[in-house]
Amino acid sequence: MSGLHALALGLLFAAPVRVGSKVFTESVVLGEVATRALLASSIPAVHRRELGGTRILWDALERGDLDVYPEYTGTLAQEIFAAQVPATLEALGPALAARGVRIAALLGFSNTYALGMKEATAEHLGIRTISDLARHPELRFAFSNEFLDRGDGWRALQRAYGLPQGNVRGMDHDLAYRGLATGAFEVTDLYSTDAEVKELDLRLLKDDKQHFPDYQALLLLREAAATPEVVAALSRLQGRITQRDMVAMNARAKVDRVPEATIAADFLRARGIDSAPPQLPGRARRMLGYLKDHLVLVGVSLLGAVLFGLPLGVFAARRPRLGQGVLAAVGVLQTLPSLALLVLMIPFLGIGAKPAIAALFLYGLLPVVRNTHAGLTGISGELREAAEALGLSPRARLWRIELPLASPSILAGIQTSAVICVGTATLGALVGAGGFGQPILTGIRLDNTGLLLEGAVPAALLALAVQGGFELVGRFVVPRGLRLTGPDET
Amino acid sequence: MTDLLLLEGVSRSFGGVPAVHPLTLSVPSGKTTVLVGPSGSGKSTLLRMMVGLVRPDTGRVLFEGRLLTPASAPDERRRMGLVLQGGGLFPHLDVEGNAALVARYLGWDEARIRARLRVLLERVRLKDDVLGRYPAELSGGQRQRVSLVRALMLEPALVLLDEALGALDPITRSELQDDLRATFRALGTTVVLVTHDLGEAAYLGDTLVLLRDGRVVQTGTAEDFVQRPADEFVQRFVRAQRALPEVTRG
Repeated sequence: MSGLHALALGLLFAAPVRVGSKVFTESVVLGEVATRALLASSIPAVHRRELGGTRILWDALERGDLDVYPEYTGTLAQEIFAAQVPATLEALGPALAARGVRIAALLGFSNTYALGMKEATAEHLGIRTISDLARHPELRFAFSNEFLDRGDGWRALQRAYGLPQGNVRGMDHDLAYRGLATGAFEVTDLYSTDAEVKELDLRLLKDDKQHFPDYQALLLLREAAATPEVVAALSRLQGRITQRDMVAMNARAKVDRVPEATIAADFLRARGIDSAPPQLPGRARRMLGYLKDHLVLVGVSLLGAVLFGLPLGVFAARRPRLGQGVLAAVGVLQTLPSLALLVLMIPFLGIGAKPAIAALFLYGLLPVVRNTHAGLTGISGELREAAEALGLSPRARLWRIELPLASPSILAGIQTSAVICVGTATLGALVGAGGFGQPILTGIRLDNTGLLLEGAVPAALLALAVQGGFELVGRFVVPRGLRLTGPDET
Repeated sequence: MTDLLLLEGVSRSFGGVPAVHPLTLSVPSGKTTVLVGPSGSGKSTLLRMMVGLVRPDTGRVLFEGRLLTPASAPDERRRMGLVLQGGGLFPHLDVEGNAALVARYLGWDEARIRARLRVLLERVRLKDDVLGRYPAELSGGQRQRVSLVRALMLEPALVLLDEALGALDPITRSELQDDLRATFRALGTTVVLVTHDLGEAAYLGDTLVLLRDGRVVQTGTAEDFVQRPADEFVQRFVRAQRALPEVTRG
């Protein structure tokens, strides 16, 4: 028994500790800090950055897809424990333990939710507190999607302060800052450590009714991964990051566009925790990594779509009644927003490449099924009769006559599917699947067009290459006789 | 005198509209039987019942004395050869691929296939160099000749032609009529031919079956139709073939 236990621990120790982060800059910086702190103690660790929102990260932690991620006390109380547990460490400790999770380090700062306006606008309207907003129903609000939905978010705030505003929309947190700067709306939610508070000269409205709970930053650690070495390494971060440190690090990332890895390395060096210089892969290495991830996502999902879609299309063509059902079902899959499909996969498949591949597979099915069906049912009545009259078995007819005749249509379906997959796979980065979506995601978050293009341009080129590749494949796969244009052959 | 094919009381409707009323018809061995009649007379439906492509609502089809069923049809069809109006050649296969499709499927060795192809190509007056061509590269007449080669490949007991010459120009058509007649005479094959052209029927057929609205109006020779028409419709049908008397009896 103890031997097994030791073996299990040994295996755990050998596998890298997986650190996750949410899709906002502070979380990514903290994820980087935690990862580097582990590496500094000679513990193998990887950072799965920008994975999405609280739910995705927490579920991944509980499932064992992640071992560590930065979180906040208020978020835990409201989001994870649905306000059943107060946002105090005394209450959260046992509640987390019951779910197999512990707090590995309290980092030392708080990042509370706040509402912010441009200083000039706020001054002009005389708004200092959230209560003051009630006097200006004409103000336009834009909130991060998470804030719109979460327990302590907009609805609760609206009730607590009796806010009359009806013009409220949801958008990405980082886009919200841009909208605020350009005057698309006047009020947004923000975090008190956001770099933009200083950068855009924003006024934080006082939470005069103390609606928002305390948001102390901490690192969550899965108990099963809590070896003494990991616990010791992470506890070195206990109380080491001040509010000022965090705002400065956020500003370096967002305003000065310094890579998070460099920021984390500089911080840990300054604190004497880690002396190693940051190791940033060069652009070529980075791109190669993205390309590899992307090709795996597209390749595996496309292969699956073909292996399942082709027989489904044949079935649909052979059994017209059931076939209509099959076509309708794969059609419905296609109408699901790709992002939703991606997130729907997480409860079943966790995070990483698996949910992305599953979503892309489902997405890629329709063109293959539809074109196989269309190719087969489009065979002329005379050819169908000729094939039947020859006395070939149904199987021989399918392989020797029907599929070759349908091959141009089928190939076009696979091509469409592949091009869709290449484009949609960029969303895979949201669930930690990597690929060209990663720089796009980071580019949007940091408002860094160069980084965004680093993902968008290769993804577009890849789509074109795939398109061209299939044209080439067509010359070999489509029978020569079908590529000739005859006098009355259509 | 044996019947290769016997249709007993067969009928068929499509969507409640009768295409063939219950009728009985025999196809004698070694002869050419022509189903003739205007469009919609049910002649093509009748031909498809013979091959098992259309299942009769009532009655039964006996081929060489055996009942033709959906289960037996695929095997029985290898003893039949069908030539369709457009030829029904598969555009993804070249001439050889089309003609030898079933032979290859049945596992004939290549030497046997070659030998058989050579005989048949000569029979229908096609040169060997068409073997590598695709249907799109052939003329209409060549396509029908290739289709005939494909139909004859397995030495079938019965050859069926559905308006096989209907889409060809007059000169090609008359050439093919000559070649068909010579071929069928030489091989002694039993043939069922569907056409709306009485001249073609008279030239190729031993027995003519005139159909109208899914019923047999008259069975006999072309001469019978002219000399002893069964009713006024037969007279009209004969008279409609305007140039026919002058051309064939001139």
